[in-house]
Amino acid sequence: MLEVRGTYLPQNSSSGPLTDLGWTTIGGYERYSSVALERIFRRKKPQLAEGIDVPELWSKCPQCGAQTYKKDLLAALMVCPTCGYHNRLGVEQRLEFLLDAGSFEQTSGSVYPLDPLEFVDTESYRSRLERAQLKTGRPDAILAGRGRILERPLMLVLMDFSFNGGSMGSVVGEEISRAAGHALERRLPLLIVCASGGARMQESALSLMQMAKTTVALQKLAEAGLPYFSLLTDPTTGGVTASFATIADVIMAEPKALIGFAGPRVIQQTLRQTLPEGFQRSEFLLEHGMIDLVSTRAEQRDTLARLISHFTRAGGLT
Amino acid sequence: MSDPLRDLENTIAALERTMRDTGADLMHEIGLLRTKFDAMRYSKGSAAESSSVPHTLSRWERVQLARVQGRPTGLDYVERAFENFVELAGDRAFGNDQALIGGPATLQGRSVMLLVQQKGRDTKGNIKRNFGMSHPEGYRKAVRLMGLAEKFGLPLIALIDTPGAYPGLAAEERGQAWAIAESIARMASLKVPTLSVIIGEGGSGGALALGIGNVVLMLENAWYSVISPESCAAILWRDSKEAARAAEALKLSAQDLLELKVIDEIIPEPAGGAHKDVDATVQSFTDAVTRQLEQLSTLSSTQVLENRRERFLGLGSFELRD
Repeated sequence: MLEVRGTYLPQNSSSGPLTDLGWTTIGGYERYSSVALERIFRRKKPQLAEGIDVPELWSKCPQCGAQTYKKDLLAALMVCPTCGYHNRLGVEQRLEFLLDAGSFEQTSGSVYPLDPLEFVDTESYRSRLERAQLKTGRPDAILAGRGRILERPLMLVLMDFSFNGGSMGSVVGEEISRAAGHALERRLPLLIVCASGGARMQESALSLMQMAKTTVALQKLAEAGLPYFSLLTDPTTGGVTASFATIADVIMAEPKALIGFAGPRVIQQTLRQTLPEGFQRSEFLLEHGMIDLVSTRAEQRDTLARLISHFTRAGGLT
Repeated sequence: MSDPLRDLENTIAALERTMRDTGADLMHEIGLLRTKFDAMRYSKGSAAESSSVPHTLSRWERVQLARVQGRPTGLDYVERAFENFVELAGDRAFGNDQALIGGPATLQGRSVMLLVQQKGRDTKGNIKRNFGMSHPEGYRKAVRLMGLAEKFGLPLIALIDTPGAYPGLAAEERGQAWAIAESIARMASLKVPTLSVIIGEGGSGGALALGIGNVVLMLENAWYSVISPESCAAILWRDSKEAARAAEALKLSAQDLLELKVIDEIIPEPAGGAHKDVDATVQSFTDAVTRQLEQLSTLSSTQVLENRRERFLGLGSFELRD
């Protein structure tokens, strides 16, 4: 089972749920406040009144309102011990929770975005990129490298939702292709942890083409008989769902993650009616046969390790 | 000669009647058409409908031309450029999508497999065709027909004309994203030549699902983008009326996409747009498609697959730093 290594402190505070939605992706939820989402999905209101001075050592669950000692919340992999709510994770925290301690060797980071369309809306794309790069310390919305899960080596790709809503532009497409190439070269299984609003508008058709590019890169991996797993986390929508995220050999999802093609706002405008409870959530997709399993954060390492063993034995891995 | 503005007004009125009478939910479509109507009214008298200044059309004006009533739809090309078309229906799992149709046909004596995104030619047609917006079963039918093309060695020709895949509850329930991803993946893996032609609207993933061509062609006034100008404007400017600005920013015209290497060739349209002379448009289409197909037929099945892969792996814009 899972051991928790030391006391890990989050490196940024953006891992809280629904705090970072000011971004510009096409999934359609990006302008949702948590209030709106609560209304749509009828989340229970927090039981404590707003404005109470909560000491920083404690964290309040956005779903059930329970107060948890932050150290305990970390030990529980940022899952609320009261209601099981999976708080969103930053990329570093995800890495820490998923991989064997100290096993990560980064391979991404040399690919930087350009501004091929000289895109300007209310702000220039260049300035949006600079802000996101400063905030995350990454060239773009992705981190990739080799690592181990319960001693099994693998290639790991993590999408960073805090960078431009995890949107896929040319850099995300290129890094995924490179990661697939790297996995192929070393005969490693590949895991992509998805968190994205979809394709990035500011690179327009070039972003759209990344859906094709990533698909082609992953097909080469498939032809070599190497397994590809995707883990869909909250939220995964738009062009990412309609390309590499859903062509995996095994599709896993975290509990209650929002996963879909069109965002709930777009669908609501289409239908002019309230969406059913749980619509586009992991459990809904499992019921409809769209994903293989819903896996809690505590189970993920064990499940992945088993799958890797099952699917790589023929390839000579132990 | 019909007045496109009046036609559109009539279409909207008819849709509103249909919605009242049948209870069918058409709010989304009506909204789209109203936006279009406003934009057309705004630009009436400017270059959009004038035949004298085709080269100065703005991107937004081209978007409107791509949507204008009377523009040749997929079936217009099928009927005029191809022979012996046999429509094959169904995804063998759920249903038969009417917005994406297909089957074998002959082009200049050679059998090909056609996949066609079809909009209605009038209000009734648009309701039947769901305005060219497919549900998952459409893409699954496409995947099935791609398999037949490969099995029998037929080159695949896909005609793209969709505002986007349908963003509705049932579409999500049946796995819209999954269906599109499968279609992209299957088309990318085909060992027969594939040729995509964007004849009108190339709306996002719903268009890309059929866009994995060894060669991608585009009509002069078609548009192709990651998102429609209206939706882009609604998100970035928080106002869908800024669609004209969004169209400029998205660089969605055929000329833009040729420069970005997203497409390989522009098929010229008559002055004033494809609807001004459908025969001439179809002739240009046939010339380009036949010539491209001829070149593709010299490739071995391995080359077909590898060339297509290289084409898409090479798309993107980034720089490498140490």
